[in-house]
Amino acid sequence: MIRAGLVGLGKMGMSHHAIFNAHPDIRLAAICDSSQYVLGILNKYTGVKCYDDYRRMIDEEGLDCVVVATPSRTHAEIVGYALARGLHVFCEKPFVLDPHEGEALVELARKAGLVTQVGYHYRFVGAFREGKKLLDAGVLGRIHHVRAEAYGPVVVRASGSTWRGSRSEGGGCLYDYASHAIDLVNYLVGPPTSVSGTVLNGLFSRDVEDEVYSTFHFSSGASGQLAVNWSDDSYRRMTTRISVWGTNGRINLDRQECQIYLREQGDAVPEPGAGWTVRYTTSLAEPVWFYLRGEEYSAQIDYFVQAVKERRTENVNSFESALATDRVVQMLLRDAESPRPEWSGPLTAQTERNRSGFVKSIKKMFSG
Amino acid sequence: MHRILFGDNQFFGINHMSEEKARAQAMRFQDTQAILEVLEAAYEEGIRVFMCTTHERVAEVCNHFRTNASRFPDFVFYPCMPYAHKYANAVTEHGIVEALRRFLPQQGALGVLLRGSVSVARKDVETIARLLIDAEMKMFAGLKTPVIFLQNVVSDLLLGMGVKDGFRTFADYVRERYGAEPGFITMNLPRLLDALASVGIENPIVCSNINKIGFRMCGGMPKYEELLRTRRFRAIAMSVFASGAIPPREAIEYACKLDGVESIVFGASNRANIRQTRKLIGEYWGV
Repeated sequence: MIRAGLVGLGKMGMSHHAIFNAHPDIRLAAICDSSQYVLGILNKYTGVKCYDDYRRMIDEEGLDCVVVATPSRTHAEIVGYALARGLHVFCEKPFVLDPHEGEALVELARKAGLVTQVGYHYRFVGAFREGKKLLDAGVLGRIHHVRAEAYGPVVVRASGSTWRGSRSEGGGCLYDYASHAIDLVNYLVGPPTSVSGTVLNGLFSRDVEDEVYSTFHFSSGASGQLAVNWSDDSYRRMTTRISVWGTNGRINLDRQECQIYLREQGDAVPEPGAGWTVRYTTSLAEPVWFYLRGEEYSAQIDYFVQAVKERRTENVNSFESALATDRVVQMLLRDAESPRPEWSGPLTAQTERNRSGFVKSIKKMFSG
Repeated sequence: MHRILFGDNQFFGINHMSEEKARAQAMRFQDTQAILEVLEAAYEEGIRVFMCTTHERVAEVCNHFRTNASRFPDFVFYPCMPYAHKYANAVTEHGIVEALRRFLPQQGALGVLLRGSVSVARKDVETIARLLIDAEMKMFAGLKTPVIFLQNVVSDLLLGMGVKDGFRTFADYVRERYGAEPGFITMNLPRLLDALASVGIENPIVCSNINKIGFRMCGGMPKYEELLRTRRFRAIAMSVFASGAIPPREAIEYACKLDGVESIVFGASNRANIRQTRKLIGEYWGV
């Protein structure tokens, strides 16, 4: 049995509580939260041991691993403490707010040979995994564009008083929603080398953005677009969609479907053939031992547990991989604050010369 | 328990196969009149049960059936609570304690309880649970609700966390206050049956995915089939068509021929599909 401890009992913490507790190889030894009220209820109803200080929990419980599901600002400190004491760590997304801290944690885990994982659960959704398989097999030819979108109804009026509404705590649409879309881009086509045209706009929130838009640039020459809005209540719940265009067709992915359009059937894989192929979650979802809200939440935990059992440090959602996502988030934050070109008279002489041919041809059209 | 139950996923933009299809349905049924027309068609086709979530729009459906009670004398509701997105969104927006406070009546003592860091007694939690059940049941006042279900998100959360007494609290209160049979929806049938047995809930009504391709039958199809044969419980099959992945006849044949399936819940958006499914079930079950 692997002894696990859980820090943070918000929405994701509760969900992890249920899934870890239901895992046949896990003994959920203790939980930790700052709310005495929530701890009181859980202790009375489940008998699980409760702490209000994660350091004490880690020092006293003889744990093998710890799950960190606290507000994002606190991740680095708690993860660092756990790694330093030789524990494997599953951390909720986003990994950390400061990539320098992230780098140090990646290094710490690497030296100690510990298993690390971040909760980017979309990488465990059948349709996205199928998409990854097809993209890796090269069915689309040379990839030239990717579009990542996420919409949902989190903030649809001016209110809210939790950490999710505070930038310094790691709240906001960028950390909460856009990070998922960015992580999927990294997973499916690799991280962008630069970003431009980033827009972070508040609609209802006072202190954070409610919508995020940006253009991605990849080393291959491919481009990407990000469009995320968590104030869209035409969606019942968070909906994340990735579209990828290549020289041989396109692929559309969401939680339910993998739609592929191929101009020509590839040599590499016998399927899919030319034209449209649609694969649904009913055939793509792999069975899990326990289901709560979606296969992906259980699948990612089982993957972590198996990694801990085998001490396998290579991980599809390792700290290193999540750090790459944090870095893109940093690029977006920086780009959003950079100056934008405004009209300030004619362009440089060089560009002017290039344009003059165009102006002459227009004049000729009208005079001739 | 009725054998053919009409579900509500199609009315609220829920489709496990396609986001586009889900949106098209949400558009079609954004006017409650469109929902009522389908429900009336279902009634005319001989269906007598609407198994529905406590979605706020179901309140309008309830109004219609209350006002026109004489036209539908034997129509009953099987409420499934809670409509979880309402709570999940509130928890994201306000945090757990504040969200809870917003859903509960603003009574003095309770407000104090939730605000303070006073030690929590078991009876306080049960009081909160009862108040939440009452809040969800309000829309069904004056209608027949012979079975009341706990939704799978909550059943399976309690199940995973090991809060088995929660099932007992729900069952006792639903019986005592509403004179109804408690029902449980789950994606983890084998595990839930053990949990219910362990808190003394005998011969429970349990609704779970039962379909020919084993879609979301956690614990595995063979285990489900074995339990249906050997365990004493009243099984309702849902997701029989696996969101359209199984052809209708094949889907219904599988569910109807399984020993132990007492009822089937299905959703449909028009009279033709209701009639077809009703007829197929009739063929295999003779109902």
